[in-house]
Amino acid sequence: VFTEEDKYALYSNLLFKYFLAEGVVCGHDLFVASAKVHPDNILKELPAPLLDDTHRNELGEETTAVKAEDFQDSMKIAWRYQNLPKMEASPTTSTKFGHYYDLSKTMSPELFQSIKWHSFYLPEELSSQPKMKTWNMSSAYARLLQSIQRIIYQEGFDGSDPQKKQKNILRIGIQSLGSMLWGDDICSSDTPEDMHSLTTFLYVLRGLLRKSLSACIITVPAHLIQNKAIMERVTNLSDIVVGLESFIGSERETNPLYKDYHGLVHVHQIPQLNSLICDVSDTKDLAFRLKRKLFTIERLHLPPDLSDTVSRASKQDLAESAKLLSSGCGAMAIGKKHLDF
Amino acid sequence: QGKFTLLRDTRTDGSFLVHHFLSFYLRAGCKVCFVALLQSFSHYNIVAQKLGVSLTAAKERGQLVFLEGLKSCLDLLFGEEEEEQSEQPSPLQFIRAKSPFSSRESNSDLRALFDFVRTSLTPAGSDSWKGLVLLVDDLGVLLSLGTTPVAVLDFIHYCRVVVCSQLKGNIVVLVHSNEDSEDEENELVVNSLCHHSDLILWVEGLATGFCKDVHGQIKIIRRVSLELTGEQDHVQIYQYKIQDKNVTFFARGLSAAVL
Repeated sequence: VFTEEDKYALYSNLLFKYFLAEGVVCGHDLFVASAKVHPDNILKELPAPLLDDTHRNELGEETTAVKAEDFQDSMKIAWRYQNLPKMEASPTTSTKFGHYYDLSKTMSPELFQSIKWHSFYLPEELSSQPKMKTWNMSSAYARLLQSIQRIIYQEGFDGSDPQKKQKNILRIGIQSLGSMLWGDDICSSDTPEDMHSLTTFLYVLRGLLRKSLSACIITVPAHLIQNKAIMERVTNLSDIVVGLESFIGSERETNPLYKDYHGLVHVHQIPQLNSLICDVSDTKDLAFRLKRKLFTIERLHLPPDLSDTVSRASKQDLAESAKLLSSGCGAMAIGKKHLDF
Repeated sequence: QGKFTLLRDTRTDGSFLVHHFLSFYLRAGCKVCFVALLQSFSHYNIVAQKLGVSLTAAKERGQLVFLEGLKSCLDLLFGEEEEEQSEQPSPLQFIRAKSPFSSRESNSDLRALFDFVRTSLTPAGSDSWKGLVLLVDDLGVLLSLGTTPVAVLDFIHYCRVVVCSQLKGNIVVLVHSNEDSEDEENELVVNSLCHHSDLILWVEGLATGFCKDVHGQIKIIRRVSLELTGEQDHVQIYQYKIQDKNVTFFARGLSAAVL
């Protein structure tokens, strides 16, 4: 799973934490890697899971209010991810998939005790082992790969230990890959010294993930990477690519079209594993919003164009955004021209 | 015989063609060397079973030589010391070699990969296959791993000499391309291959956007112009829809949903 970070990395961090929190609740093992924040701190900030009863009541109230406004086609998109929490507008009819989380509280430490978690904090790792064989990538990436491979092998996620009866899943989370903190200069210069570092890392990681029972989420500051060719190759090498575009600091924040939402979700690619086709949903226009306790992803619902004095500028913007929104994912057709009827 | 087919996709995924060619050639009784760089063996196996071919059985009777790029890369990088000294160097060993001087020098060596292809397709004497095929999915991954476009083109050229001219086999290669792509190296490889192909199957997404019933269009270009008879290339365009076990093709605008 590959997430392009939004500009200030606020929302992508949320998704990252959700992925890890789901792992804790499901009893999966965790592996957290970061160059910026110590993994212990990341884990302390995971949202607390909600107990069923209280949450259903709260959601129930919200649903009735929401239904009155005719917001019935909220999108459930969490199935595209592996085991991420699922937000719905009508929980009564749903099949339970994943868990709900309360963002205002952090996860209690007792929940961590049942799972095993491993961390990789780059500044610590760099100081510990000075020498190791470097492959075709920067040393930070190489170390991370070695660490992941060691954990997979030792804990038996790759099926190498037939005596282990209980099969578990390893959830790997890597934060801000490709940023300068990982020793890669693709974010700072147009012609980086080693263009293939990140892509080689991803290829080897893909091999590791395919060989073992693990899933991985990576967040990348895509807006900082100057060389777009790298992003194209990275997209090719990933199974799922989701871009989060938040409205903070952009002109869209004040645009009345988007007033209910905090950002857009661009799904660039969905996995096409083990079959000829991929399962594409009906809609491609997704937006997210951060309520006090929940982070929801919904179908983008533009408010009706009621005012008489709709200016040309906003109509143009709407056409632009519609063109952007109608671009589908890499596995299905992408429309280029905006046809006017 | 001796043809080079290029599978090219733009704005959509053309890997269903790879699955098709794989099962097609296996069913026809040809020996196939499949360089699968992007997906694991089980992925292809499961899809092939839906199409009616068993890859494990083909591998066992020697009809299919499967290079699983992901697995081979892992074995290479994380393998034990004893394996490094074994006689057969890994086909992907260019990943490990990094020259201390410039990154252009020694990691462009696709010779090991070519040797692998050559040894797997050269007939052993007791073989009685109806033909030989080299299938590659997909070539752009080699660029991501650090080779230069020239090295990739050289590799393809060497493969053509051996497979197409000497052994009278076919080559099928998948590449991705994009109209406004900024990946110049990839575009260079794709354009060059287009000029040298005998047959191009170009899969594109519809210009009008996503549609549930028509997944895209396919352009079949028979490069008759290469035969120097003065004719132009034959271009045929169809639209297609992918189903679970099948792909249906139809003329433009005549999708089943419309009729």
